[in-house]
Amino acid sequence: VGLEIAIVTGKVVFLLLLLVLQVVALGVFFERKVSAVIQDRIGANRAAIFGFVGFGLINTLVADPVKFLLKEDVVPDGVDRRLHFWAPILGLMPALVAFAVIPFGDVIEIGGRTIALQVAGLDVGVLFVLAMTSLGVYGVVLAGWASNNRWSLLGGIRGSAQMISYEIAMGLALVAVVLTYGTLDLQEMVKDQGGLIFGWLPAWGILYQPIAFVVLMVAGIAESKRIPFDLPESESELISGYFTEYSGAKHLMFMMSDFVEVVLIAALVTTFFFGGWQVPGLDNGGFTTPWGTHLALPSLVVALVRVIALGLKLVFFTLLQIIIRWTLPRFRYDQLMRLGWKGLLPLALANVMLTACAVLWVGGGSQ
Amino acid sequence: VNPILFLVLAALTIASALVVVLHRSPVYSALGLVGTLGMIAVFFLGLDAHVVGFLQIIVYAGAIVVLFLFVIMLLNLQEEPEALATTTMVAVATGGGVALAGMVTLGVARAPLATPALAQGFGATAPLAERLFTAYLLPFELTSILLLVAIVGAVVIGKRHLS
Repeated sequence: VGLEIAIVTGKVVFLLLLLVLQVVALGVFFERKVSAVIQDRIGANRAAIFGFVGFGLINTLVADPVKFLLKEDVVPDGVDRRLHFWAPILGLMPALVAFAVIPFGDVIEIGGRTIALQVAGLDVGVLFVLAMTSLGVYGVVLAGWASNNRWSLLGGIRGSAQMISYEIAMGLALVAVVLTYGTLDLQEMVKDQGGLIFGWLPAWGILYQPIAFVVLMVAGIAESKRIPFDLPESESELISGYFTEYSGAKHLMFMMSDFVEVVLIAALVTTFFFGGWQVPGLDNGGFTTPWGTHLALPSLVVALVRVIALGLKLVFFTLLQIIIRWTLPRFRYDQLMRLGWKGLLPLALANVMLTACAVLWVGGGSQ
Repeated sequence: VNPILFLVLAALTIASALVVVLHRSPVYSALGLVGTLGMIAVFFLGLDAHVVGFLQIIVYAGAIVVLFLFVIMLLNLQEEPEALATTTMVAVATGGGVALAGMVTLGVARAPLATPALAQGFGATAPLAERLFTAYLLPFELTSILLLVAIVGAVVIGKRHLS
C-alpha cells in the first residue's frame, strides 16, 4: 500500500509541479509579453536581477508571485470571514483536481511494475471533468457574497449565471466527443488517436469533431472568465468584480485559478481533439517516418518525448487563448447570454444529432 | 466499504444535513446542502456506482444548488434575525423526522441481509446505459417528458406577456 501511495504521489507531483504549473507560469509570462507585443509597446521589462531582464521573464516568474505573497492580506470589516477565507481555495482546487484524469503518457515499466501515466484512470473521466469544472463556480459565487460589497455581489451573480449557461454547451460538445470515441475514458480516447490517415495525416479528433472543438474552446474560455467573457470581473464597471475585496496571497490564488483553468482548457482540447500525448508516427516501440524507416527507441525515451509533446501542445493552446484574450473586446451581458443560449447551445445540439447519425451510419462507436 | 470510513462519512453527511436545517444564514444552509449531496456522491462512488456518483455532483452540486445560491444572492437574503419557526412547527417536524427515521430503520431491519453478489462491471457506463435504454426505457423517457413539461411551465410563468 505504501508503494502505491508513493507512486500516486509521484504522479501528482510530476503532473502538477513539472507540467501544469510550468505551463501556468509560462502562461503568466505570455500574458505580460504577448499583450505588450499586441499593443505595440515595450512590456514587462521593469525588474532585473543583476541587470538581467530576460524578456521580462524574471519579473513575471519571480517578482510577480513574490510581490503578491509579501503584500498585506487585508480582510475588510463586515465580510463573512469564514467564506472569505475559503472562497479562493474552493475556486482553485477543482481546477487542479480536474487534471487527475488527463493522461500524460501510455504506460511505463519500472522495476517490473507497469505504471499508467495518468493519476486516476477513471472509466467515467469525462463525467469527472464536467463535475470538477461545474464545482469551480463556488469560488466565484462565495467570494462575491462573502465580500459584503455590492460590486463583488454583482460579479458573483454574473459569474454563476455565466458559468451555468456555458456549462450546458460544454457538456453537449463533450456528448458528441463521447459518441465519436464510444468511451468516457480519456486515456482510451487518446489511444484512439494514435493512427495515421493516408499514412501521413494524424488521426486526431479535430478531423471528426471540428464543431465540438469550436464549442468546447469558446465555452471553455467563458468558463475561465477571461476577456471577452470577463463580465464577473469587469474592471471598468465592477472594480474587480467578485475578487475586489481580496489582496495578497488570496488575490494571487484567484489569478492563479484563472490561469490553471486556461491550461485545463488547453489540456482538454489537446486530449479530445489533438491527440493528447500522441506524437504522429511514434508508437511504443519507436518512431516510424512517413516513408517507412523505423527507428527503435527505448520506452523511457518514448514516454519522455510524449510528455514533452503534450507540454508543447498545452503551451500552444495556452498561447492561443492569451492571443484571443488580448484581441477581443468584452461582450455586453445580453450578447454573452445570446451567444451561449442561442448560438453555442443549438450548434452543439445539432452537432450531437449529426454525430449520432454518422455513428449509426458507419456503425462505429463502442459496438 | 471500510466500516471506519463509512462511519466518518456518515457522520459528515449528517452534520452537513443538520447545517442545512439549523443554520440561520440561507447561504450556509445551501452550502450545507452541497456538502450533504457531495457526501452522498462519495457513498455512490464507494458502492462502485461511478456514473451515478459523478452525475450527482454535476446535477445537484454543480447546477441546482448554484441556482439556489444565485436566487439567494439575487434577492439578497440576509441572516434571519430570529427563528421563523414556531414551537408547534418545530415539534411537528421533529416528530415527523423521528417517525420517518424509525420506519426506515424498521424497514432496513426486516430486509433480507444476504445481498446477491454484484455482476462483473457493475456500475460501469455500458451496462447501466444498456439497462436504461432497454428494460427501463419507458420510465426514462417519461421522466424526460416530465422535465420538459416543467421547463415549458417555467417559461410560461417567466413570461410577463403571452402574445
